[in-house]
Amino acid sequence: MRKGPFIVICAFLLLCLIGTVSGEVRYVLEKAVSICLDCIGIG
Amino acid sequence: MRQYLRRIIQALSALLLNGYWYFPISRTIYQGQLKSICCPGLNCHSCPAAITACPLGAIQNFMAEVRVSLEAARYHFGFYVLGWLGIIGGLVGRMPCGWVCPFGLIQDLLFKIPGRKIRIPYIFSYGPYIFLVLTIFILPIWVVDAFGYGFLWFCKFICPAGTLEAGLPLLILQPTLRTMVGHLFYIKVAILFFFVAWSVLASRPFCRTVCPLGAFYSFFNRVSLFRLRYHPEKCTHCELCYRDCPVDIKFYESPNDSRCIRCLVCMRQSCAFGAISWEMGGTSELFVQGRGKGATMK
Repeated sequence: MRKGPFIVICAFLLLCLIGTVSGEVRYVLEKAVSICLDCIGIG
Repeated sequence: MRQYLRRIIQALSALLLNGYWYFPISRTIYQGQLKSICCPGLNCHSCPAAITACPLGAIQNFMAEVRVSLEAARYHFGFYVLGWLGIIGGLVGRMPCGWVCPFGLIQDLLFKIPGRKIRIPYIFSYGPYIFLVLTIFILPIWVVDAFGYGFLWFCKFICPAGTLEAGLPLLILQPTLRTMVGHLFYIKVAILFFFVAWSVLASRPFCRTVCPLGAFYSFFNRVSLFRLRYHPEKCTHCELCYRDCPVDIKFYESPNDSRCIRCLVCMRQSCAFGAISWEMGGTSELFVQGRGKGATMK
C-alpha cells in the first residue's frame, strides 16, 4: 500500500477544513449565486 | 463498451451539474445552497442551469479580493477550493477531465464530426500551466483597481465555457443585459468560436493548451490513489494506445503522464495485450484477478 496518496489527500483535507472554518464556504456561495458579468463577457 | 460508459457518465454529469432546469421560467441563475460546493470540472456558475460553483471563478475571486480581505482582517486565501480540488486530485488525478467536465464533453463531441484531423504540438502543453499561474493567481492579486480589487482575468478575457454556458443563454433570458454588450463580449465570442473550430480539427484543444483546472489536477497524476500501471513484458509497441489517446500520449513512454485525462480508452479499448491496468493505492486490478506481475509505474 502506497502512503503518498493518503498524505496528499490528508494535507488537502486539512487545507479544505481550514478554509471551511475561516468562512470561505459562505464566500464561495455569495459569489456563485450572483451573475458574474466578467464571466459572461460584459463586465 | 467502455467509451459508451464514459459518454453516459459525462452526459449524466453535465446534466446533474446543470440541474436547475427551472431557469427558462425563472429567467435567472440558481441561487441555492448547493452553490457553496465547487464543480470538479469546468462549468461556469453563471450558467443559468448550474447548481455548483466554478472552482476557477471561486479561486480568482479569492485572489482578486485578497488585499481587501487582509485589510479587513479576513484571512480568505481560497484554501477551501484548493483543498477540495486537491482531495479530488489526490484520489483520481485528472480523471474529472475525462469523465465529469461538461466542457470536455462538448469538445469530445465536436471532435466526432468527421473530417481532417490534426495533432497539437507538444509545446502547447505548457500553456495550461502558464494560464494557471498568470490568470488565476498572479494577475488577480497584482493588478488591482483604486479600491484594491483585482480582476477575474481568466473569466473576463479568456474562458470560452463562460461565454457558451453563461453569456449566450443569459443574453437570451435577460434582455437588459444585451444593452451592456461591448467589444469584450465579441472578443470572447470569437475565442469561443476559435475553440469550437479547433475542437472539430483536434482533440480537446482547450484542455491541452489553456485549461488551468486541468493543469492543477495534472500535478496529482503521478501521486494519486488511482493510477495506471504499465506491463512492459506484454507491450508490443504497436502504438494503438497512442493512436486512440485523446491527448496524444504514448503510454509506454510515460505512464501516468501529467497530460493524461484518465479516460481509460488505452486500457479498455486500444491495448489487446493487457499491457495496461489500473491500481488503487497499491492494490492492482491484476492483483485482484491473480495475474499481476512485472508492472511498472513512473
